[in-house]
Amino acid sequence: MTQTLITNAILIDPEAGTEARGSVLLDGASIAAILPDGNGGPAPKAARVIDGGGKHLAPGIVDIGVKVCEPGERHKESYRSAGLAAAAGGVTTIVTRPDTLPAIDSPEVLEFARRRANEAAPVNVLPMAALTKGRLGREMTEIGFLMDAGAVAFTDCDHVVQDTKVFARALTYARALGALVIAHPQEPGLSAGAAATSGKFASLYGLPAVSPMAERMGLDRDIALLEMTGARYHADQITTARALPALERAKRNGLDITAGTSIHHLTLNELDVSGYRTFFKVKPPLRSEEDRHAVIAALRDGLIDTISSMHTPQDEESKRLPFEEAASGAVALETLLPAALRLYHSGDLDLPTLFRALSLNPARRLGLPSGRLAAGAPADLVLFDANKPFVLDRATLRSKSKNTPFDGARMQGRVLATWVAGANVYEAE
Amino acid sequence: MSFDHAHLLGIEPLAPRDITTILDLADQYADRGRSAAKYGDALAGLTQINMFFENSTRTQASFELAGKRLGADVMSMAMQASSIKKGETLIDTAMTLNAMHPDLLVVRHPHSGAVNLLAQKVNCAVLNAGDGRHEHPTQALLDALTIRRAKGRLHRLNIAICGDIAHSRVARSNIILLGKMENRIRLIGPPTLMPAGIAEFGTEVYDDMKKGLEGVDVVMMLRLQRERMDGGFIPSEREYYHRYGLDAEKLAHAAPDAIVMHPGPMNRGVEIDGELADDLRRSVIQQQVEMGVAVRMAAMDLLARNLRSRATTETVMA
Repeated sequence: MTQTLITNAILIDPEAGTEARGSVLLDGASIAAILPDGNGGPAPKAARVIDGGGKHLAPGIVDIGVKVCEPGERHKESYRSAGLAAAAGGVTTIVTRPDTLPAIDSPEVLEFARRRANEAAPVNVLPMAALTKGRLGREMTEIGFLMDAGAVAFTDCDHVVQDTKVFARALTYARALGALVIAHPQEPGLSAGAAATSGKFASLYGLPAVSPMAERMGLDRDIALLEMTGARYHADQITTARALPALERAKRNGLDITAGTSIHHLTLNELDVSGYRTFFKVKPPLRSEEDRHAVIAALRDGLIDTISSMHTPQDEESKRLPFEEAASGAVALETLLPAALRLYHSGDLDLPTLFRALSLNPARRLGLPSGRLAAGAPADLVLFDANKPFVLDRATLRSKSKNTPFDGARMQGRVLATWVAGANVYEAE
Repeated sequence: MSFDHAHLLGIEPLAPRDITTILDLADQYADRGRSAAKYGDALAGLTQINMFFENSTRTQASFELAGKRLGADVMSMAMQASSIKKGETLIDTAMTLNAMHPDLLVVRHPHSGAVNLLAQKVNCAVLNAGDGRHEHPTQALLDALTIRRAKGRLHRLNIAICGDIAHSRVARSNIILLGKMENRIRLIGPPTLMPAGIAEFGTEVYDDMKKGLEGVDVVMMLRLQRERMDGGFIPSEREYYHRYGLDAEKLAHAAPDAIVMHPGPMNRGVEIDGELADDLRRSVIQQQVEMGVAVRMAAMDLLARNLRSRATTETVMA
């Protein structure tokens, strides 16, 4: 086995919540040893030694909810382009969404997606499958077969299963198989047609808007169904202050529930849409600054577990439209880490807390061995310079679609190198 | 007199000084409109294209007449019947028209922000003739001119705006304009027709019309769209008329010399009593239509002056 030693790095350990100078010894696809500086022992001999340059080394990001547009819309994003973008962003595992055309709702389509992923992507790709056929909310998919075929979770993405009986049965069936169900908490009657969050800003801009209460109502319903069924549940994006007390209660009551949030809701607010900039149109819509702060606090306290990119490629045509008609979503694989580091630079979150949400918690929730900086864990790592400033130029993104809200934004923090299963899949020039 | 804007996309970007500039010039055009010499040549040699992606009779006719009175070549396109149906995007349509080198583009569109988007893609002056629920700047300007002529001033007035505030671009532009000119604004209507975040608008909100009208100088009524009448936002047309329709009894709560306004077209017996609408002692609805032409002439004249001075500068630079 070839051994590689990464020395002279600041090791971020999200499990222990610590940062310390040291080295990491890789053996093949795994981490063989963590070697803090000054422990007195002799440096191990390795075939290859990489100088970390005093920069940060962390477990690679596990990103739940990445849209790769295969099958159906490969011109927007392929497994190849998404994989390259992920590697450049320090994302070592992408957990893909089934909201493709057609939806990934049968073992056959899942098989196709997995084959394409394995051929083309340099990072780990784990597929999710739809919870209901065609994501239509009527009949559940073949959850058992899909799990056998490699589905790691079940979700209808931004479609809410409106029929509570259908959803309750799907949750019950999923529980028996130990399947994780990921849902989008939202009251669809209230949110129908909305392009913004209701309030002064949306009213002045004349945009159809949804009350932030719709998220809490959706979450309240789902929590009641969890009490009924005992299923394993993850809320894809919690973005409002009003939803947090319900989440806190559900966790305290011992339900098997976790929650994520998106990088855009952590770093942007509703005012960013001003001038009708469609690259800032995401789903759910960007919230108020008060909501953003509440979500950051919930992340710090561990109430919200994970941060996702919610990477959603859209071509120029679907964004160059009046705001109401424009498609929702933003690409974010490459900007996830630099954007998340804004929360570090602003003093809101320290780096171990950030990587708990980016790497450790998502991996744990999916039962993966990754997300940790420990002997025996997969050698999925990211080396980054937390301070390096740059101005983002969307033309340089590796994604086929360039719909980022951060075009022209000043960012601080760049990925220097990424390893997946011990293989160096990205190195900055 | 200076007016330093390339487009008229809304009231929001205008300074009080800009608003006064437009109104002063419009005042002259209004006077001239009543004389025999109503035609001018301020827009001679310029091409004006009206693109209406949403039905309009009054606004389109008003813009057309305004252009013609100032000597522009005016072309009106009913966009609902045209290429949009063939799947062309707004930007492609704009680029196509732009290639014909118009000087003034007058646009109405059912979606908020669509006119702003279009203005980014063309190199002529764009006038917003109403975009979704966002803004309808020339309507607010003509309302302001009507008020100024009737009341002798455009500040420190108590002005009530009544009806469907939530879906009205006329209300938005008026709230912004009248606020900038330092008036007290009251919004009156059922809570289902009030926009969210209304408390932060710097206005007073009433759901009781009589209380809301107490002592006001100006009563602006808004049109209630047909599709909002049944059940969804209000229980029925007749209950709406009973609670929020303007009649002599409710108007008696306003100042004795209060004027009554309506952007048209009116639903008589829904938001306003027919007789009251025709009462020339109180209603200035016909003046509003007249001022509409004058304000649009002024706005296009000012934008055209900027176009010409820019062209001159470019020639000198070359």
